[in-house]
Amino acid sequence: MLQKIHHEYREKIRAFALEKIEPLAKSIDEEQRFPTEQLKPLAEMGLMSMVIPEEYGGEPIDTISYSIAVEELSRVCGSTGITIAAHNSLGAFPILKFGNNDQKMKYLPRAARGELIAFGLTEPEAGSDAGGTKSIAIRDGDDWIINGSKCFITSASHAMATIATARTSDNPKEKDITSFILEKGWEGYSVGKKENKMGLRGSDTASLHFDDLRVSDEYLLGKIGEGFKQMLITLDGGRISIGAMALGLAQGALDCALKYAADRKQFGKPIVANQAIQHKLADMATEIEAARLMIYDCSERKDAGIRFSRYSAMCKLYASEVGRRAAHSSMEILSGIGYYTGPYPVERIWRDVKLCEIGEGTSEIQRLVIARDLLASLKKV
Amino acid sequence: MDFNLSEEELEFKQMAREFAEKRLYPQAEEMDEKAETPKELIKECGELGYLGFTVPEEYGGMGFSSTAFAGVLEEFSAACAGFGILLSVHCSLCCEIINLFGNDDIKKKYLPPMATGEKIGSYCLTEPNAGTDLVSISSTAENKGDYYLLNGTKTFVTNGGLASVFIIFAKTNPDEGHRGLSCFVVDSNLDGISIGKPEKKCGIKASDTREISFVDVKVPKENLLGEEGNGFRMAVTILNSGRIGVSFQAIGIAQSALNETIKYSKERKQFGKPLAAFQALQFKMADMATRIDASRLLAYRAAQLKDAGKPCHRETSMSKLFCSQTANFVANEAVQIHGGYGYMKEYAVERYFRDARVTEIYEGTSEAHRMVISKDLLKD
Repeated sequence: MLQKIHHEYREKIRAFALEKIEPLAKSIDEEQRFPTEQLKPLAEMGLMSMVIPEEYGGEPIDTISYSIAVEELSRVCGSTGITIAAHNSLGAFPILKFGNNDQKMKYLPRAARGELIAFGLTEPEAGSDAGGTKSIAIRDGDDWIINGSKCFITSASHAMATIATARTSDNPKEKDITSFILEKGWEGYSVGKKENKMGLRGSDTASLHFDDLRVSDEYLLGKIGEGFKQMLITLDGGRISIGAMALGLAQGALDCALKYAADRKQFGKPIVANQAIQHKLADMATEIEAARLMIYDCSERKDAGIRFSRYSAMCKLYASEVGRRAAHSSMEILSGIGYYTGPYPVERIWRDVKLCEIGEGTSEIQRLVIARDLLASLKKV
Repeated sequence: MDFNLSEEELEFKQMAREFAEKRLYPQAEEMDEKAETPKELIKECGELGYLGFTVPEEYGGMGFSSTAFAGVLEEFSAACAGFGILLSVHCSLCCEIINLFGNDDIKKKYLPPMATGEKIGSYCLTEPNAGTDLVSISSTAENKGDYYLLNGTKTFVTNGGLASVFIIFAKTNPDEGHRGLSCFVVDSNLDGISIGKPEKKCGIKASDTREISFVDVKVPKENLLGEEGNGFRMAVTILNSGRIGVSFQAIGIAQSALNETIKYSKERKQFGKPLAAFQALQFKMADMATRIDASRLLAYRAAQLKDAGKPCHRETSMSKLFCSQTANFVANEAVQIHGGYGYMKEYAVERYFRDARVTEIYEGTSEAHRMVISKDLLKD
């Protein structure tokens, strides 16, 4: 599964993450600040263009390497992990996959240089039910007039553009949803207030509002009515990266617990000498390894062109639950000091990782995707 | 289900709920965000008698049972768990230890102002290197005849910045293990006491948590609580109250998280129907409610055993272990059912999730309680 290049790539990203990302992780969480100064070094490492071909200025890598990158970034900073995962999987990918050559030429080189692209799918009334989108695009001559609101959008305030879905018919059916590329700065495009979140406080989450936003066909992504299908395909890939993010956070929690348990003495011996603590660590490590294998396996399926939506849902579902349990166990091992914000990263990890069970489809939606796929396979037999 | 509560006990629970609805719920989010409890709120609680709820009437309190107090703690914690722990530490630990082990003079001096809230109590047991392992306490109190000379550092001190009275555990004989431990009632204004900055925490932010250090603090000899060398026994006895307190704090958080979730699941529509119409979510809520009921039964049994003066170490540990796990389970599912909104601070479940986490950690970690329970199972 893993080749020598993957191990070498991990070492490279780990070193970068420790040098450039980890030192800011604590302060951006406490100050609830998006670290724009990180975008340039991230781009220089190729981390803003992991899915972008060279002809568009990218440095494409295979999906296992991409997962490793998100994992290693998240291991030291969940906020950076989600910013990178969303930009690559949800921002750059759909333009590459569904965009025309002009669109790719226009946006992908900028994305590769570190300009963020956001993904505008979720709405106040359309969360798990993404097909229930209320945003609407109405034909006006050769243009479209778009009205609507999107919420919980990662990188909303900083992104140069957003790929947004809107209904292109009054008939609210999934096949009437269309995607548009909308640029920040256009008349009618505004960013709402920043969300005050439990965790990932160094990532930029806000709402977007479109008020009589006029856009021409040039900015239509793919064809009319393909938006919903595009989003599902995009999310299939995105889920691998959220799994990788949860995996990195889980690994960070284990790193922290293991070191603490070896150092901390109670009853005259390091607490790691207690069987209950050892077994907790063993369970964490075992679950983390299983999640890692699921993520890499799914990454390989994706690169091999095998249908993988069941597997991306499974790895995202499992890794995010493993992440929550690992963070919980890690805080349990640190106990009181682990509940403090600051002295150790585990308290931040514990808040950060909860999002992985919610974003890009809640665990309940992953189960729905998995069950549907299972049932479909039953019908085929 | 009334858990065999007396009418009076139920009445107090109802009164506490009314107070919580009027005074705590409306400002709980702000208390969390600002990480503080308004002084006014403490004053009001004092005037209403809640700060002396279990203190005997002869010392200015209301003289009610732990079982009655449990209902108050649950209702207050349901609204604001940070405020719940302020009350629990003050009443269940500080007032109770003075009442149980103090002589008449010390009770007369400290309990009346504590019962009215004029003086808030803070319980200083844990040290940086002595958490679960109490015997490792390294604070010392040297007997100098008229006074004890107190030195050491205490950590995770709830109410540390609000308190006028510190209950401090220190070694009067550092060479002896748990028999060397003694307990003191210490006025916070004595020279040599330094109070650290408020600690930043994951949750229960309204509660004030600090590190407190003592350098050559002269504690008058009459402020020794009970006898020299009895500190460990006292600490272990009082743990029962603390565990019952945290059990009900956990139940309060869990109940609120469930209430919010039920409400949300009926309002929020996806796929053309309310969330409450989805079986997976219905079953989650069924599990949440079942665990909360089981928690209440364990916790009320523990409180009633304690009130009856019966041995209850195993039962209070089981209660605290299970209730705190319930709170975490329920709060997690509550956030999950709220989806993206559950991760945002505008929704109370975000706070319940963070608040619930500490219930598995303080007043003995889950591991410490498993040690107590298994030791009891395996004795003889």
